[in-house]
Amino acid sequence: MNLLSASHVCVRFGETEVLHDVSLKVDPGEIVTIVGPNGSGKSTLLRALLGIVPVAAGEVARKSGLRIGYVPQRLQIDRSLPMTARRFLSLPQRQRPEAIAKALKRVGVPEAGERMLTDLSGGQLQRVLLARALLTEPEILLLDEPTQGLDQPGEAGFYRLIEEARKETGAAVLMVSHDLHVVMAASDRVICLNGHICCEGTPHVVSNAPEYRALFGLGTHGALALYQHVHDHEHTHDHGHDHSHEPHHHHIHPKKASSDA
Amino acid sequence: MLDDFLMRAALAGIGLALATGPLGSFVVWRRMAYFGDATAHAAILGVALALATNLPVGLGTLVVALAMAVTVSVLAGKGWAMDTTLGTLAHSALAFGLVAISFVHGVRTDLSAYLFGDILAVSKTDLAFIWGGAALVLAVLAWRWSRLLTATLNEDLAFSAGIDPRRERLILTLALAVVVAVALKVVGALLIAAMLIIPAAAARGVARSPEAMAVLASVIGAVASIGGLALSLWQDTPAGPSIVVCAALAFALSATVGLRRTPA
Repeated sequence: MNLLSASHVCVRFGETEVLHDVSLKVDPGEIVTIVGPNGSGKSTLLRALLGIVPVAAGEVARKSGLRIGYVPQRLQIDRSLPMTARRFLSLPQRQRPEAIAKALKRVGVPEAGERMLTDLSGGQLQRVLLARALLTEPEILLLDEPTQGLDQPGEAGFYRLIEEARKETGAAVLMVSHDLHVVMAASDRVICLNGHICCEGTPHVVSNAPEYRALFGLGTHGALALYQHVHDHEHTHDHGHDHSHEPHHHHIHPKKASSDA
Repeated sequence: MLDDFLMRAALAGIGLALATGPLGSFVVWRRMAYFGDATAHAAILGVALALATNLPVGLGTLVVALAMAVTVSVLAGKGWAMDTTLGTLAHSALAFGLVAISFVHGVRTDLSAYLFGDILAVSKTDLAFIWGGAALVLAVLAWRWSRLLTATLNEDLAFSAGIDPRRERLILTLALAVVVAVALKVVGALLIAAMLIIPAAAARGVARSPEAMAVLASVIGAVASIGGLALSLWQDTPAGPSIVVCAALAFALSATVGLRRTPA
């Protein structure tokens, strides 16, 4: 049974068609990453799946009573609203203090509870958002570019946290990202979006697809290779010969890829 | 006890403050200050309508304030430039209302009662209306507190938790219309928004949670009401503006304390 599915979804903002004929589904426990350039409709797709954005055609289906843990791109908190992280975790459902403390500890910000949301750094706030999403014991986590504004180590740490949470809770993860090199290797499936679905499959299949290369260029392939060197030694000798003239490029591209995206 | 006009005035002020504390906090959090102004100014048009048709002023105010609040909400949903739209609507409603009232014979002389309130002339019926309206608004806010707060914090987060932020916005809009109708007699159309915003802003300086801010705003509003009445009695100043002056002093005090606390 799918947790969440879209079939032939179109979304229009006025005259502009932002999403055209998009179909996808997420099964329990899998990590699916949506990648695409700016303005490709990634966030819109996520918001359509949540029911925030109405669909002009097609259909969005959620398993009935699906518990969703949503982490928005960024939370802008008006300074006029005084709220501690602890209070925030109890919205809208009251949570027990022990559960809150445990969740904050789990995401690595145990001391954040009494601090005001507006006083937290970007990375701390993203972790608090993740803690809040996990507190509802979600069957699926929806993450909209959750590492935007984090530096590289912060980003890697955040993705590690998501992978661990998936292992512990068995929750599926549907994530929007432009951080191709980190995300893709962690995903079971990657969907490449540019208004429509260009290609999809395992990270390896997608990174070799001509549609993907047309969107992101060849550099990102090198970036992906770097990550798989670290995490998947079987693939080490698969690379080298199929694109690069110079091995050092592997180490330069990740940064380039993320700053270009 | 209710036979003393001062006692009735004080109770009217306190009753209003009970509702304006929490509601005003939402107005501040959601940056609806101008929205409050537009709704409040529409009350004058409601007064004109009520006088022309011989309906109770409270009813006329409530109906027109509701109509204005819903109109603004709909326009906001259609993506109109809110600053300009609200400015246009707020001042047009006031101007139309003042012109309309001038057609109703014999009202011109006590127009200032509608503009700046007439808290010293609050009757027992008025008092029942004020406390009834305030209790209604308080009950609705308490009932939906968590949902309202979530929708205020982030609409997408609300959606993902199964809360429709549009419904919560509508509820706040309706509550605002009720408070406007209730507050007209106390501080008048021109200063209703002040009673919503200033106590809440003063409370913000020292509150560490949304709930504390809402309660504190009510307390500040109530103290300002009593202080304003005292000032009015002592110096023979107009009561409505005196109440707002006291609230503004509370804000200045809180801002000073807040600045001292936060090392710049």
